[in-house]
Amino acid sequence: MGLTPTPAPAPAKGPLVAERPRGLVDAAGRPIGQDDRFFMEVNGELADKGFFVATASDLITWARTGSLMWMQFGLACCAVEMMQVSMPRYDVERFGFAPRASPRQSDVMIVAGTLTNKMAPALRKVYDQMPEPRYVISMGSCANGGGYYHYSYAVVRGCDRVVPVDIYVPGCPPTAEALLYGVLLLQKKIRRTGTIER
Amino acid sequence: MDETLNELGDYIAATKGEAILGHSIAYGELTVIVAREAIVDVVAWLMDDPKGGFVNIVDVCGVDYPERENRFDVVYHLTSPKRNLRIRLKVETDEVTPVPSITPILPGAGWFEREAYDLYGILFVGHPDLRRILTDYGFDGHPLRKDFPLTGYVEVRYDDEQKRVVYEPVRLTQEFRDFDFLSPWEGTDYVMPGDEKAKESAPPATKPS
Repeated sequence: MGLTPTPAPAPAKGPLVAERPRGLVDAAGRPIGQDDRFFMEVNGELADKGFFVATASDLITWARTGSLMWMQFGLACCAVEMMQVSMPRYDVERFGFAPRASPRQSDVMIVAGTLTNKMAPALRKVYDQMPEPRYVISMGSCANGGGYYHYSYAVVRGCDRVVPVDIYVPGCPPTAEALLYGVLLLQKKIRRTGTIER
Repeated sequence: MDETLNELGDYIAATKGEAILGHSIAYGELTVIVAREAIVDVVAWLMDDPKGGFVNIVDVCGVDYPERENRFDVVYHLTSPKRNLRIRLKVETDEVTPVPSITPILPGAGWFEREAYDLYGILFVGHPDLRRILTDYGFDGHPLRKDFPLTGYVEVRYDDEQKRVVYEPVRLTQEFRDFDFLSPWEGTDYVMPGDEKAKESAPPATKPS
């Protein structure tokens, strides 16, 4: 990982070489982003006026992506990976993506696992209870299209038959990393298409 | 172990007489075939008998043999904590003949019998609450019967106009494909991996011309 400090190389016998930069420092030893134009502009504006101007939709999507509360809908083994993504290793809360056990207070629903016919009305009810704007991540083969149970008499062939899905995460089950990537893609989608009314 | 089980099997057969249609030992497990009407009596006796003590119900399940006249088997597994023994009881029945329920004497069998009723349609008489347990509300058919179609009859979808989940007849974009290369009537014209040596003993199935 980029942020973990690597052990300094042993002192070379030849000419003296500068130590490899570590952490948030670029190759020249300066903080990363120091000469980034956008960063410098914002920094200058803040130093000059104490505020800066942005569009309201940018601000709203920034706030929205930064505090997505997700409704866990763990139905099968995918739920274990969904738990894993909120655990310290992947720690999805650093993206403001926090688990919320109540549909009335959540923005995203992760459908993690096999959706059966008997569960479908309950899933829809939970989805209907979520406030707008709401998003759905379909996680794993079973939720995407029935997967292994596609021809079963008891399984819905894809949870998009019951709720509209924003992001499909493939895999059986998807790794926590894949789900995290799906979460980042959802944030990207919100940034791209986000409006005040969805 | 087998001797103990053999002894137990003989003892059960000798004591219960006509209620026992046969017993056998396979893989170190005792199987007793019981007459349908006598199952409650036999289980109650197995619980109370000093040589038994089979008070723990492990499982009640069904088996479907569509070619048989009495197509279903009901299989009971019991454990005796006192003697550290296990026993399997089998009862034959068909779609319409009810089996006496053992739930009044062994309450733990209640949900197992409901499951057998749900998935096979085996009827249990004397069960306090015989209704479906696993399948969907209003489900039609008994899915573990061999003649039940794999994909069933209905599928669900959310209807945006009615604002609720609706049931519709199954419509598959692609039929289920069974990749069974060892189909007994078609056979294969090449040697399956791992079957190279089997060819010498038995000639491969020839394709009908």
